[in-house]
Formats: sequence, structure tokens, C-alpha cells
Amino acid sequence: MTEPLLSVKNLRVEFPGPRGPVEVVRGVSFDLGRERLGIVGESGSGKSLTARALLRLIPPPARVRQEALRFDGMDLAAMSERQMRRVRGARISMVMQDPKFSLNPVMTIGSQIAEALRVHGTLPRGQIRARVIEMLTQVRIHDPEHVMGLYPHEVSGGMGQRVMIAMMLIPEPDILIADEPTSALDVSVQAQVLDLIETMIARNGMGLILISHDLKLVARYCDRVLVMYRGEVVEALEAGRLDAAAHPYTRGLLESVPRMNETRRLLPVLDRAWDTEGRGT
Amino acid sequence: MAAPTPPISEGPRARHRAWDGGTAVLRFATVTALTFLGLLAITFFIGRIVPIDPVVAVVGDRASQEVYLATREALGLDRPLLVQFAIYVRDVVTGDLGTSLTTGRPVVEDLKRFFPATFEMATLGILIGVSLGVPMGVTAAARAGSWIDQVIRVLGLLGYAVPAFWMGLVALAVFYAGLGWVGGPGRIDIFYDGVVPTVTGLLTVDALIAGDWQIFRNAVSHLVLPSAILGFFSLAYIARMTRSFMLDQLGQEFVTTARVKGVSPRAVIWKHAFYPIRVQLVTVIGLSYAVLLEGSVMVEIVFSWPGIGNYLTTALLRADMNAVLGATILIGTVFIVINRLSDVLYRVFDPRSR
Amino acid sequence: MARLHLWLTDDAPASRWQAQAGQAFRVARSFARSPLAMLGALIILVLVVTALFAPWLAPYSPVGQNLGERLLPPSWAHWMGTDELGRDILSRVIHGTRITLLIVVMVALISAPIGLVIGAVAGYFGGWTDRVLMAITDVFLSLPKLIMALAFVAALGAGLQNAIIAIAVTSWPAYARIARAETLTFRNSEFISAVTLQGASSLRVISLHVIPLCMSSTIIRVTLDMAGIILTAAGLGFLGLGAQPPLPEWGAMISRGRSFILDQWWVATMPGFAIIVVSLGFCFLGDGLRDVLDPRQREGR
Repeated sequence: MTEPLLSVKNLRVEFPGPRGPVEVVRGVSFDLGRERLGIVGESGSGKSLTARALLRLIPPPARVRQEALRFDGMDLAAMSERQMRRVRGARISMVMQDPKFSLNPVMTIGSQIAEALRVHGTLPRGQIRARVIEMLTQVRIHDPEHVMGLYPHEVSGGMGQRVMIAMMLIPEPDILIADEPTSALDVSVQAQVLDLIETMIARNGMGLILISHDLKLVARYCDRVLVMYRGEVVEALEAGRLDAAAHPYTRGLLESVPRMNETRRLLPVLDRAWDTEGRGT
Repeated sequence: MAAPTPPISEGPRARHRAWDGGTAVLRFATVTALTFLGLLAITFFIGRIVPIDPVVAVVGDRASQEVYLATREALGLDRPLLVQFAIYVRDVVTGDLGTSLTTGRPVVEDLKRFFPATFEMATLGILIGVSLGVPMGVTAAARAGSWIDQVIRVLGLLGYAVPAFWMGLVALAVFYAGLGWVGGPGRIDIFYDGVVPTVTGLLTVDALIAGDWQIFRNAVSHLVLPSAILGFFSLAYIARMTRSFMLDQLGQEFVTTARVKGVSPRAVIWKHAFYPIRVQLVTVIGLSYAVLLEGSVMVEIVFSWPGIGNYLTTALLRADMNAVLGATILIGTVFIVINRLSDVLYRVFDPRSR
Repeated sequence: MARLHLWLTDDAPASRWQAQAGQAFRVARSFARSPLAMLGALIILVLVVTALFAPWLAPYSPVGQNLGERLLPPSWAHWMGTDELGRDILSRVIHGTRITLLIVVMVALISAPIGLVIGAVAGYFGGWTDRVLMAITDVFLSLPKLIMALAFVAALGAGLQNAIIAIAVTSWPAYARIARAETLTFRNSEFISAVTLQGASSLRVISLHVIPLCMSSTIIRVTLDMAGIILTAAGLGFLGLGAQPPLPEWGAMISRGRSFILDQWWVATMPGFAIIVVSLGFCFLGDGLRDVLDPRQREGR
């Protein structure tokens, strides 16, 4: 059997707290091939930190430890910062939550996208502009030449997120991490953005890690789903077989979603009685 | 009783909204004019609380009652305060600041003669402050918490804790008397004084215009120490503000985006984090230039520098109020203009406020 | 001990008292963890103790002249040397703490309340009251402080008392700005409405509810400004406009030592070190207080 594209074993992230270190990611392990993996969990469950730990982007005072963090035959954990920079963007990249904050407010959209290409030096200068325009067209922006000259605050949230996707995909990475890519957007454009990500992933044959708090949404766009709770993976499921969920937390999540033709008078809230370690809220 | 629920005034925040050419210029002019009027109101007020009777100051205390009253009328001191103030404003605006008791010349002429020396020293000072302070602040922020950050922090706080005049004295003792690295007090050695024709009033520039390298070198050797001291104080403030702006930026999500793209740490810092703060920095530099002009008063005394500060303090000790208030108005005006200009620059150069 | 620690650091305090104790504990601990803040607190403590017990701590009289011992370098008998009138510089520096402390306390007691009231009133009433008060504040803010203080002293006459007044007159606007900004953040909150609905007068609301809430940020700002006040006062003293001889004011002492700077360096430098140490103490303390009490305003001006 060949090695998976990305392999994470026993990943742990801890922060110093008033009563000694607090572990926020507590031994997460998974493998990823050129497939779509969803990570679901409530806020504070450690899903975003997991994503950032993959890119080694967790700043001190947090500490990251792992048994293994391998990507394409390389040991990410042992890499120097310089080597790591060649992986970021070029091989693994990430779309973040809110384009309002994740795009540089004082650089034009065109120059931000071009920079993603330029830092990895894959294209001669003269071709960069054409490539940026092509990429913007691919993410369904109609007037790319005009949009290139705009500043982020001049475009809508949905368009901002498409710009972000263009920027992250332009160096043609192998894995895209999408960290809550639609939760800051208008409901009407959420599906557009996710469909776009799906199409682009399929076209380039990439791996995707989609992070969200929305179990149904993740199940729709992914092949496999990991459910995280309090820093641990409590359940791993095939996307098509959510009803096979065994863990009480996953079951609770599923129960609390309203259905078509709802017959229940009250939607159940999450019952955390099974969680003896954490305190219910 | 009904609770008072007036609309909350928008205050300065409203000023930072859209940049609309016409109204903005009008607004700029109004605010500047009002602030200037405020400055004059304060100097007028100070002039009135002087315990010295201005009439006696002119006629002497042995003058007869008639002479006293006539002079009082001639000076306009019998009129209502508001009228007096209006006359005062008119005089100042038309460039009449009265006559200095010390030099016997119109204050405006004195100021013209003394200002270039201050300007020369302060400008070199701010250049030193900016060229060292900005990189120091950026470095401190990029390595927040490291020993280098601590050193820069303490150095910055020293700028708030060391008296400028004391530092000037110690520096003179060490670098001039002790090591002989620089020229002593004054702008130039007496030997060279008045050799090059005055064009700009800035000795270094005038020497260059005259093509006299010896004088240029001499002037620079006198200029460099007081300027470096002023530079140190603006450096402290600039480095501190740069650090805090940078920390703010480095915590932003778009900086993470840049790192995700694989941008080098250097480019993350200078291109992504520093670029957005350059406009804020302009404001800070403007402000510290204004503060530095003010601080030059103390340094000028220590270095016997023939600038506004020396003029002002000499006048102070002789209770020469026309000269004192004239110099105060000049420094205050420069202060106001710099303050207002940096506020405008802020809005012109930030794409978000366009 | 261990249980007390657990009780203090509990994420979910069971009573209001526990919450407040826990809060105080966290503040105190993060303050204690900052070495610079602790150093600052220590310096100020030493300053206050020295000022209180100056006559007992000083080895000689601060004004007693001894022309036989003029301009002696630092030695075991005179740790900081003697000045041109044979006075012990250490004793003068020790007595100088009283003047320095008097200046900063008086300036703070005059300017902070003025600023607080103006800012709180402007923020609370809004509208024209706010506009007029803030216009005045802005005019003062956009003027050079040191120059204005100089001009005021020139008009009022030299002396310690007038120096204090002049510095106070130029210091209040910063506090007014802070108090106003702070007031605006809770001006429309529920608890203010609740108090006014109970029939409290504006005077009562401002003095009992608005001003106390503005206190912590004002105190931080005052502490940070102390160094500047000390420097301005020393500057006035240096120019001969502040405390008059034979008072052992540090700025005036430097001024007298100026003529001897090349041969008897200690006369001018020693009081300078005293100024630097005390100013730094206030800077460290203010910085530490801000980091602990007011993380929002980090490093702002």
C-alpha cells in the first residue's frame, strides 16, 4: 500500500493557562488522499487549530506536538521554516473564514493574487498577469481586468471569497484547506462558493479539508467526515452514512437539525450528560 | 424628570468618513482657523494676566496721570476686552506681533532671523528619529517578547524619562570636551561666523550653495550632536508607536493569509504588515516633529543654539511678553499646521477612506 | 493554599465575591509577573518613603553651606559629592524627592479632576455641550504643552506654585478626551437608563456612575504622564522658572551644575540620575498598569 498524501498522527496543541497548560487539540489522527475530508465540530472544538497546525502556523506561546506529520513523503514536522514556506501555498493552501479580514485591505486584488504566484517563482513575470486573469475567470468573476484593480473593501463578501479561492488555487496546490469558508457570507452565496470549491477541487484532482460547524453541509460536499469534540476526534463517518453515527455527540447534532415535514414540536438541544469530563453549559 | 437623551455627537469619528473634496477642504480650513483662534485666545489671555502693567512698562512709573491715561488709550487698553481681542487678532494676522523689549526690533523680524536655526536642527533630528525609530519599532514587533524587544522598549521609555537638557549637558561633556568628536556650542566656530552669505538661513545649505566645504563640515559638526539628541527623543516615540501599530497588523487575518501563501517573513513584515500602517506613521511622524520643535527649546539653551528656543527663554527671563507670546504663536502655529496636515494626509493616502 | 488557588482561578465562580476575588487575583498576578512593572512600583515606593523620611535619611542638611568643602568629588563622606557652596548633593537629592512628589501629586490632583469632569459631562450630555467642550479641549491638545507652560509661568511669575499651576493647566485635555471616550462606550447602556429611570439627576448619574467608571483609564493615563510632568517641572526649574533657590529642586540643581560640567561633572549629573530613575519608575508602573488593567488600550497614545 502506498503512503497517503497527508498523514497526521496524534497531533496535540496546548496553550499555557492559569492552571498550567491546557490542551486544545488532544491527539488527532487522520490520513488524507486526493479526496474530500470534512471536519465538523462546535467552536472551540479544535478544528481550526488542527488546520493551522498542518501548515505549522500556530504562533507561540502555543505548543504543537505530534507523532507524525507527513506530506507527500516529507516530514513536515522536521522541516525548516524555509522549507515549510515552499510547501505553504504551493503544495497546501488554505481559504479562511471572512474575506473582509483575510484579504490585505491596502493591496489591490490583482497584486495579492499575483503575489501567490510570484513567491513560488513558477511563472515568468510576463505571464503572471494573463494567468491571474485566467484564474479570476475560472472562479466566475466576469470583468477580471477591472476587479484586479479593486481593493478588497470594494467587492462583496461572496466575490471576496472567490478572490481568496483564486489566490489559494493559482499555484496549483495538492491540498486545499477551507476553514469555515462560508460562515461569514450571505446565505444566498454560500452554496455558490462551496460549489465553486467542489468544481475546482475535482478539476485539479486535489485533496480538500473542509472545516465547518455544519454537519449536513460537510456531508454534502465531502466523502468522509470527522467529528471533533473538545479537541478529540469522536467519530469518523462515511458521508453517505451519517445515520450510522454511534457517538452521542454526533447523534445529538443530527437530532437538533430541523427536517422537511417536521413533526416534532420542540427541537432537542444538545444533551451533554454523557460528557463526564467537561462541564455542561 | 425626563432623562436627557440627546443624540451622541459623532465627534472625530465623523471626520474619518468619506473623503469628499470640497467639504473636506472647507472643514480643514474651518477647524484650522478655529484652532488658531484658540491659540490666539490663550496667548491674549496670558498677555492679560501678566501682573506687570503694560502701560507702566511703556511710560515708566514716574509718568503723570495724563500721560498714563493717554498712553492707555493709545494702546487701546480702555476698550472692552472683546474689542481688544479683535484688534489683537487683526494685528497678529497682519504680521504685527509688537516690538521686543530685549532686541528693540519687531518680534516678527526677530522670529524670521531665529527660526531657520531651529528648523535646521529639528529637521535633521526628525530624519535621525525616523530612520532609526521605524526599523526599531518594526523589529521589536516582529520579535515581540524577545530580548531585543525588551531592549527597544526600555530605550523607548528612556526617551520619556531623560531630561533633554541634562542629556545635552552630558553629551557636550563627553563628545565635545571629552572625546572632541564634535563641535561645541553654537552653530559654527566663531572663526567661520558670517563668512557665507545668508540665502536660506540654514547654515549647512548656505555653505553648500557657496561651495565652501570647510564651513559645511564645521556647521555639520556643530549640528550633529543637538540634532542627534532631539532625534533620540522622537525615536523613542516613533519606535513605540511603530511597534504597537505593527503588533496590531501582525495579529490580523490577512497576515496569516500571506503566510499561507508562502510569503517570506521579511515580505510578510514589510509588505503586508508595514504597508498598511505607513499612513498612520505619517501622522505619528508629523506629531513627533511638532513635539521635537517644542523640545528644541531646552536643547537650544544647553547648546547656545541661536534659535527660537533661545530667543523665547531669553525673553522669558526678562519678562519681554511680546517676544514670549510671538514665539509661542509661531511654535503653536507650526504645531497646529503639522497636526492638521497629518490628519489630512491620513485621509488622502488610505484607500479605505477614499 | 492549593485549594485557595483553585478557588481563585475557577472558570465558573459560584458567587460574585469569588468572581471579584478571582479577578483581583489575576490582575495582581499578571502585574507581579512583569518585572518592569514591579521595578516601577518599587521605585515609586522608595520615592514616597524617601520623601516622607527625608530629614532622617539625609546625612547632611540640604541647605547648610560649608565653603571649606566646595565641589568635592563623590567619596564615602559625600556619596554624590558636594556642590559649589559645599552642600552635600545626596542630601539635596533626598530632600528634592519631596518637591518632585509635591509637584506630581498637585498636578494630578488639579488636572485629573478637571479633565474627568469635562470629559464625563461632554460624553454624557452630547450635542452642543459636547461640541463646545471638545472644541476647547482640542485647541489645548493641539498646542505645544511645554511652550504653553513656559508662557503661563512667564505671565504668572517664576515659582514652584505657579509652575504647578502652569503644568496643570496644560495637562487636563488628555484626561478630558479619555473620560469622554470612556463615557461614550457606556452612555447608552442599560444600567445608566435604569438609574435615570429611577429619577436620578444628571449630577448624580455623572458623579456616582459615570466618573467612577472612567477612573481606571484616567489613573493609568495619569501614571503614564507623571514622567512628562516631572520632566516639564525639571525643565522649568532648569530655566529658573520653577522652584527658587535654595530649594533643592533637581532641575534647578542641574542648572547650577551646568557651569562645572567639564571639571566637576557630578554636580549636574547626579540630580539628572534622580530624575531619570523616578521618571522611569512612573513609566514602568504606568506601562504595567495598562497592560494589566486595560488591555484594549495597549500602547495607544
